[in-house]
Amino acid sequence: MLSARFLAVGHGRTTLLHDVEFDIAPGEIVGLVGPSGSGKTSLLRVLTGLNRPLDGEVLIDGDPLPKRPRGQVAMLFQSARRSCDPRLTLRRSIEICAPDSGIDWDSLCTKADLQPALLDRRPDQVSDGQLQRAAIARALAGRPGYLLCDEMTAALDPAATAAVVATLRRAADDGAGVLFVSHDLPLVGACADRVLELQSSTVTETSPRKVPS
Amino acid sequence: MTLELKAVQVRIPIGAGREVHALTDVDLLAIPGKPHFVVGGSGSGKSTLCSVVSGLLPSHARFAGTVSAAGFAVPELWRHRGRVVGVVPQSAMTCFTPVRRLGGQLAETVRYLGGERGPAELLDLVGLDPSALTKYPLELSGGMLQLAAIAAALAGDPPVVVADEPTSALDRGRSEDVVRLLAKLAADRVVLVATHDLAAVRSGAPDADLSVMFASRIVETGRAGDIFTAPRADYTRDLLAALPENGLHPLPHPVPDLIDLPADYRYGG
Repeated sequence: MLSARFLAVGHGRTTLLHDVEFDIAPGEIVGLVGPSGSGKTSLLRVLTGLNRPLDGEVLIDGDPLPKRPRGQVAMLFQSARRSCDPRLTLRRSIEICAPDSGIDWDSLCTKADLQPALLDRRPDQVSDGQLQRAAIARALAGRPGYLLCDEMTAALDPAATAAVVATLRRAADDGAGVLFVSHDLPLVGACADRVLELQSSTVTETSPRKVPS
Repeated sequence: MTLELKAVQVRIPIGAGREVHALTDVDLLAIPGKPHFVVGGSGSGKSTLCSVVSGLLPSHARFAGTVSAAGFAVPELWRHRGRVVGVVPQSAMTCFTPVRRLGGQLAETVRYLGGERGPAELLDLVGLDPSALTKYPLELSGGMLQLAAIAAALAGDPPVVVADEPTSALDRGRSEDVVRLLAKLAADRVVLVATHDLAAVRSGAPDADLSVMFASRIVETGRAGDIFTAPRADYTRDLLAALPENGLHPLPHPVPDLIDLPADYRYGG
């Protein structure tokens, strides 16, 4: 279980969010919606250990999040093109993030819906949708317990978005907990098991069927 | 005054005798009074279609067919970018110089193109408050900046406006606003818009003309509202099924690589 307990998130003396409390269980997709500038990305950076909270704590199975939570929490970004090294093949980018025990490429490509033939191409030789699936493969290679997705379908067409969501659902079915941040409210309503809404500087829970539009 | 593409083909060599089939046998007619939207997946050829009209194809691309508008045909048409064909770029944030105020940049564009509308009048045309003229680009929201980019495209009062993914960086509400604005601007000029934002077109411009692209070809053209309710092409049907409100179904057939695409390639075939 990934848990936020009385979290306060912000920059310097500016508090964006306070008293944030929620849990993400293995196997579920939790949506997170909120207007631009409400603190969605700042919250994700705290959940991944990239930033420290102003107050409160992040727990994994009851224990505090370690400083370098490698293998436990992975983040997926809006622009896979900017998050992948343009000089490396997709295979090399994935290898760097994998544990020492090696990679079962067939299994990984199946999980991420990535054509194995694309592994030896560089980012400029694949489409945005293919690169986002490679980014998912890179995240899954580290066998994380939780995937935190920051607007990762914002630049994708509907077909590529549906393929990415199907991939995240497979990861959840395999036991990962997924936090899916998006400003596309119909998309969150359609793909999430539960939805968290950033409102009045804190987080409230709403039903996927009641996602505001 | 129309924009007409006939049997347009674009091939982009990538070395070792290989080439990207960017556009194949494209016919399109866009008229004033109705915006013409082009939708499809990433890499289907939408941006290349915009580029053959605006003259922004890669220099080594091979072009065949005819493109004509306002009495000019390619390549003559390409020399009148700004005055005959106005271009709205995908990233409004990067099309303006960040170190100069918006007003000065718009005035310079009007001066260069010999336009008749001043910066304030251009902003009024797109529904932006004139106070934006004194702002730097970073002081404007993404939606406001996209409207400013449309204003800049209108600076030379072109009879044709081409917009390539003008809503890709905007949330759904802002996207629909931009689509409605482009539909309004189409009242007295040709407006061609490439986008993958089907939801914004469906709610913002149901009476527009719509062409659906797949693998470098147009697979279907018609009234947007009719295509959304009764698509004829298999690809269109599957693309619509991928929308969240239709169940988020991934495409059942693979999307091909456009490098050396077989001439007889068909979706699901």
